[in-house]
Amino acid sequence: MMRAGLVIAYILLAPVLGAFLDGLDRVVSARMQRRKGPSVLQPFYDLGKLFSKQLLAVNNVQLLLNLSYLVILMIAGSLLFAGADLLMILFILSTADMFLIMSASSDSSPYANMGAGREMIQVMAYEPLTLLLAVGFYLATGSFDVSVIMQQPKSAVFLMPGLLFGFMFVAAIKFRKSPFDLSTSHHAHQEMVMGITTEMSGANLAIINLGEYYEMVLMLGLFFLFFANKNWQSWIVAAVLCLVIFLLETLWDNVSARLKWKKVLYGCWTVTFVAGGVNLLILMLTH
Amino acid sequence: MTILLFLIGIPAAFAALFPFMRQQKARGVMAYTGAGLVMLTALAFLAKWLSNGARTVVLYPSTELVDHLMIGGDIILLCLIIFLSVRYKRVLPIIFSVLQTALVLFTEYTFSARLTGQAHIKIDWLSILMCLIIAFIGGFICIYTVGYMKGYHRHHKDVKDRQPFFFSMLFLFLAAMFGLVLSQHLIWMYFFWEITSVVSFLMIGYTRTEEAIDNSFRALWMNLLGGLGFAVAIYWMAATYRTLQLGDVVAIGAQLPIFCLAFAGLTKSAQLPFSSWLLGAMVAPTPSSALLHSATMVKAGVYLLIRLAPAFEGNVTGLVISSIGGLTFIAASMMAIAQNDGKKVLAFSTISNLGLIVGCAGIGVEETVWAAVFLMIFHSVSKSMLFQSVGATENTLGSRDIEDMHGLIITVPELAYIMGIGIAGMYLAPFGMLISKWVALKAFVDSGNFILVLFIAYGSATTMFYWTKWLAKLVSWHTPRDRVKDVTAKDEYASMFFHAMLMLVLCLLLPFIALEVVDPIVQGLFGNYTEVLSMDVLTTMAIMLVSVFLVPIIMFFASKAARREVVPIYMNGINAGDNRFFINSFGEKEHLYLSNWYLRFDFGRRHLMIPSVVLATAVLVLGFCLVLGGGV
Amino acid sequence: MLHYDASSCNGCDIEVLDCLTPKYDLERFGVINTGDPFQADMLLITGGVNSQTESVVKQLYSQMPEPKVVIAVGICACTGGVFKECYNIKGGIDTVIPVDVYVPGCAARPESIIDGVMKAIRILDEKRAAAIKDRR
Repeated sequence: MMRAGLVIAYILLAPVLGAFLDGLDRVVSARMQRRKGPSVLQPFYDLGKLFSKQLLAVNNVQLLLNLSYLVILMIAGSLLFAGADLLMILFILSTADMFLIMSASSDSSPYANMGAGREMIQVMAYEPLTLLLAVGFYLATGSFDVSVIMQQPKSAVFLMPGLLFGFMFVAAIKFRKSPFDLSTSHHAHQEMVMGITTEMSGANLAIINLGEYYEMVLMLGLFFLFFANKNWQSWIVAAVLCLVIFLLETLWDNVSARLKWKKVLYGCWTVTFVAGGVNLLILMLTH
Repeated sequence: MTILLFLIGIPAAFAALFPFMRQQKARGVMAYTGAGLVMLTALAFLAKWLSNGARTVVLYPSTELVDHLMIGGDIILLCLIIFLSVRYKRVLPIIFSVLQTALVLFTEYTFSARLTGQAHIKIDWLSILMCLIIAFIGGFICIYTVGYMKGYHRHHKDVKDRQPFFFSMLFLFLAAMFGLVLSQHLIWMYFFWEITSVVSFLMIGYTRTEEAIDNSFRALWMNLLGGLGFAVAIYWMAATYRTLQLGDVVAIGAQLPIFCLAFAGLTKSAQLPFSSWLLGAMVAPTPSSALLHSATMVKAGVYLLIRLAPAFEGNVTGLVISSIGGLTFIAASMMAIAQNDGKKVLAFSTISNLGLIVGCAGIGVEETVWAAVFLMIFHSVSKSMLFQSVGATENTLGSRDIEDMHGLIITVPELAYIMGIGIAGMYLAPFGMLISKWVALKAFVDSGNFILVLFIAYGSATTMFYWTKWLAKLVSWHTPRDRVKDVTAKDEYASMFFHAMLMLVLCLLLPFIALEVVDPIVQGLFGNYTEVLSMDVLTTMAIMLVSVFLVPIIMFFASKAARREVVPIYMNGINAGDNRFFINSFGEKEHLYLSNWYLRFDFGRRHLMIPSVVLATAVLVLGFCLVLGGGV
Repeated sequence: MLHYDASSCNGCDIEVLDCLTPKYDLERFGVINTGDPFQADMLLITGGVNSQTESVVKQLYSQMPEPKVVIAVGICACTGGVFKECYNIKGGIDTVIPVDVYVPGCAARPESIIDGVMKAIRILDEKRAAAIKDRR
């Protein structure tokens, strides 16, 4: 019952929470740059505006692929909040990303194509850590099931701080933050226009934005798993810490410049290997 | 169960008939008939076995006449190898071949008196499964070949038309594979093993260009080296344990023969350091690549390793095998990134996937073997489909470069869809490969193998990369400059559609296959069985299945309903009328060209091949020393 | 907002960029600069149209989804300015595409640019309301 409630809450509220966090991110970024910044509700206005616009398309399959991306992301997120298998969730997550890449390459447009290529690099960069993350949870709690992970007497973070660090590092890719915002970005970058989303407008773009909000909440949900245990108090702490992590990503976004793909790939792989791998090794030896 | 003799006999008979079939049309009809007969026989075989209660059966304790025939066959193969090696001035194959044949003959005559009453054939779920794979995938490849070879010789005028020989080899290969997977007696198995080595050598050298000859000899000596391992194992088992049953090898668990047999398996399944023969084998016409790398040749090696798997758990041999498998998985998947030739990518991915299977088999617990069998099923179907579609594309476009497949979905949609299904089958959720990866990862963690966990984590990321960029090329909506005429023959499509359907059906029937086919295999190998896939996981799988199939279909209709205006893509506002050209800085029209990422300077074969071969060799030698030191 | 430089001397361009700096901060009204016509509501053009940029301006405009507004920033963009009589200049932006807001000045001051953008937002809202009414 509670699971069904959570899933429904996720499907209904994730875009709201995501858009709110996006607005918060924009305001905080502006303040960091000594600007006033937009209203916190700006992303909501933008979404409304996008849906009211004329639908321009460059081909007939893009909308289909974008919608599939959104729905598959929603399924991945729902599974997480339903307490399903973590590894499967991650696999579905990368399948959803595949649809985004397909959608961008289907344009056969120079900028979108470049974005798609870079997105593939990014997926390749973050995927090892997410798999190790699932394995870490499995070792720490004895199950891939999110529902079991949540019922531990002690939070998983005490057993896997290295993985948490690694995940914070690569999560910037998923949040589309600097220095890893290779494939697309919330800021204007002349060298690749808008990357993946270059050819998307109106409702098409709104769908991608919605998808990103779902993904954002899903990622925060994964962070949540690190801190939550069976006591309800820990859930509050976890929620606060998730917000802190999110703001740290904003800070990092503002203090760093975009890197080249090689640095991104090898950087992520090295961090995965050192932080994630060592953490995992210790877990394996002690469990 | 005399029907199983037909299983080996029919393709062998057809193989004998083909050289006398000079007429193109009649040959086609004969190939269809042969393939059809093989499939029917396999089905009848399955039905017979199921109606008998699906029990493991061992047959033919005394077969003196056939044994003598086989020895004759071994000697003929030896003569053939010596003849060809002398003709092309190669030494290595002669050495290996003479050594191993001598060893086997010596064993046969010295110990045969003491080795009576041993069964020669064993039928269980695993061999039935292999038979079905060989009959159906192999059979359809034979059907595909008829159309393909016509197109091939239209394109390659310089290559001498030796089709009768080619068909003969295809069917001989099928016969040998049936024999191999049904044999329980090591000497029989060795005989069929040698046939597959030699036939594959002959098929690789089909074009008789210098490159083809070089590559075919490389394949030959590597496989013969494996055969030598096989022969040593035979001698050792006969001399020390007085038995030549494969089942006994596992039951006794003596390290040296197991290591030697596993070594043979490694060479056959093209694991590092022996991967280069498979890469070289790409010079052959596509059907032989499809046959060698999807349904048969390499699967023979994997099959042997899976048979041996229960003896791998927790010992040095198992550790060596699983490490080499894992290393091959990641190294080959990295090298695949840097390739732009479709067949090369497939070759590397084959090596890489086999690496995963070998890694699973090397751990040798129920879970991993479960994953290995599962991987094997899906890999055969997917890979055979991919090879065929790349072959057909090559005949149509005149190139198998992935770059030239840009916009294939517009030019030749049928091939693009088939290729797309094949690629999706190789790595996307919810196709079988992924569930096997899930099981493999879990099993690696359970067995505490840290290195393999890392290998699989990084390896699946690189695997994802090279498939996605290929898929992305296929779905690009790009109207080409000149129209392409699809020259793919009907029988080629028949085979590819069969594979595509099979792939989808396998996905839908996934739980059924898991429970009814793979579970009994694992139970048969280990005697006991623990549940690998829980109901929870199956539910998740079902959700994924629905989402990946249904969502795009629903969305197709949803997006159809939306009104929209189609405009040109964004090219800084300098499109020249359509999406294909832009105006360059000289004010001239320039064609837009989009390329994929290859990361050649990082993941190129030149950088990675030698280190990984050295590493794998080191592991192998070290393992051998340990086994020798500990086992003797 | 999409900024395109048709044939400006860069004076106005720099003033446009000024609007994005912390001092003027156009983002406080929710407006950000993008490079992509597909995602833009406003096309902001500096400089007059010449024979080379004409087709580009038209194409960019056609790639923007309705409702959309065009802002001509600087006197050259409004009328052609001092270059009006040059052999290669067609004149102001309105010779090629319909312009909604004219922001004069040489170079236009950031304050007036922001003012123009605000006007454009109002026009955009009107257009949207009209479009929604149309659809009903």
